[in-house]
Amino acid sequence: MTSATLRHSVWILRGNPLTAVAAAGVALFVLIAIFGPWIVPYDPVVSNVSEALLPPSAAHLAGTDQLGRDVFSRLIIAARLDLAIAVSAVGISFVIGAVVGAFCGYAGGKLDRGVGRFVDVMMAFPLFVLAMAMVAALGNRIENIVIATAIINLPFYIRFARAEVNVRRNVGWVEAARACGESHFSVVLRFLLPNILPAMAVQISLNLGWAILNAAGLSFIGLGVKPPTPEWGIMVAEGARFISTGRWWLVAFPGLALMMAVLCFNLLGDGMRDILDPRMRT
Amino acid sequence: MRAGRRLLSSLPALFGVLVFTFLLMRVLPGDPAVFFASGPNAGKEEIEQIRKQMGLDKSVPEQLVFYLSDIGRGNLGRSMMTGQPVLKDLRERLPASLELTFTALLIALIAAVPLGVMAALRPGSVVDHGVRLFCALGVCVPTFVSGLLLIYVFYYLLGLAPDPTGRIDVFTSLPPQRTGFLSIDFLLAGDVDGWWAACKQLILPAVSMALFVIAPLARITRASMLVSLGSDFVRTARSVGLSWRKVVVTYALRNAILPVITIAGIVFSTMLGANVLVEKVFSWPGVASYALDALLSSDYAPVQGFVLLMASLFVLVNLVVDICYGIADPRVSIG
Repeated sequence: MTSATLRHSVWILRGNPLTAVAAAGVALFVLIAIFGPWIVPYDPVVSNVSEALLPPSAAHLAGTDQLGRDVFSRLIIAARLDLAIAVSAVGISFVIGAVVGAFCGYAGGKLDRGVGRFVDVMMAFPLFVLAMAMVAALGNRIENIVIATAIINLPFYIRFARAEVNVRRNVGWVEAARACGESHFSVVLRFLLPNILPAMAVQISLNLGWAILNAAGLSFIGLGVKPPTPEWGIMVAEGARFISTGRWWLVAFPGLALMMAVLCFNLLGDGMRDILDPRMRT
Repeated sequence: MRAGRRLLSSLPALFGVLVFTFLLMRVLPGDPAVFFASGPNAGKEEIEQIRKQMGLDKSVPEQLVFYLSDIGRGNLGRSMMTGQPVLKDLRERLPASLELTFTALLIALIAAVPLGVMAALRPGSVVDHGVRLFCALGVCVPTFVSGLLLIYVFYYLLGLAPDPTGRIDVFTSLPPQRTGFLSIDFLLAGDVDGWWAACKQLILPAVSMALFVIAPLARITRASMLVSLGSDFVRTARSVGLSWRKVVVTYALRNAILPVITIAGIVFSTMLGANVLVEKVFSWPGVASYALDALLSSDYAPVQGFVLLMASLFVLVNLVVDICYGIADPRVSIG
């Protein structure tokens, strides 16, 4: 980052403190995910039936569930799994999507049209249904949640990288690189991809929130994560049985955790977009 | 012309979806024939028979050809779960899903368009920031969480909503089926109590679905209204002294509505997917919960039928969006 960009970023952050808060929030979630096991007050999987379904109190900040497990501890431990699923899914689709999209955008022609058509078809489909079918087909395991989430994120990256590279394929510095004898392969990987990276970073941040929601949705309907593993989506699913008898904390706190995580990633993404391109502010 | 071309050009995509889901379902782990046999100690013969009945003894390409020709004849296979033809099951359950989705879309539009317009009229004002905050929060709350919290507040705390299971409570007699949309059928039958009961069941799931999609609709309305309000024709309309309402609604909004229609089409597709979650929360007897149950018991045919149905709905929605375009903007010809 050059000093001008840095100064611009600081200026933007000052005018938009929300982005700074969001960045701090994301950092907090990451810290919780890393150090979770050392800061929880109770064991997240050991049940204690004598303390089942207690409302939030000083001893149990977020209450206890039907097996007497501390909801707060489970929320903390779940952060690692939820973030890991989202980050690895988005990571996979970013790497594949950026490379495929960049080569398509650079090459143009038949291949580009073919891939573009495929991506359009995929995006036109209810992606959650697609993810659901894939998890069921590949097997009901966490790895497959990651794969399914990665695949439904893929079209966004392909399309984005394709568009970004397409407008740059004939600009001066690309021509110059080619004139210097760089192969097409190297022009794409060493020149174009790094150039579109900042724009892709925005997309990543926005997609992470979406990936978290998707993964939680899948485990909510009973795919992927299995009890007693603490995970936000499955915690909501387990708590759902008790909502009509008024045990709100079993749903509200995992819901709040999901919401905060998604909110932080979305606000960070929006903020980064403002920093990169002030014109796109909406 | 345009609509027809669009329909034709989406046929290969539909076919692609079909082959894709067929392959996807065929690589499922576990043998469904064993699953549906009478029990764990079912004889080999019995399993073979079920396998034959399901067409599983043929090669995969053969199965695909049979499957496609069946679909051509409107035969989507038979659900092992309900024992009925999939087409019949889907037809019975589709109105429930559509009623829910349309109501949710309607609620979302009724909320989002005025919000977007208000925000665009005074950019940077308290209203604008309020709408932005609401949008930012709206997309972060998963539909299944907002649905459950709505149940907590309106069923448990306030007692306003009925027991959140299904479309109608067991004591109400169903109206004669005409449209399949209970709220409309009750009205046609002149049964106001029944209509009210159906609406009460419908409102919570519809609202929890709508909450999630208000944000994109309000955002696009705002952005598009800003462009339209800043244009020359709005300035001219104002300068000749037309009333504020006429300028905003007739001139600005009419011209700003095209992108909103596009997004509404996309939102509709998102909602069809989100149906799975909402239908599970509210035990709504729609196609999505049917497909989910089938999926969890490795029953191929209903899932394929469901996916095909979704894909066809898409083509249809795109067509409708095209036609709406033509109505909203006469320059776009649909001939």
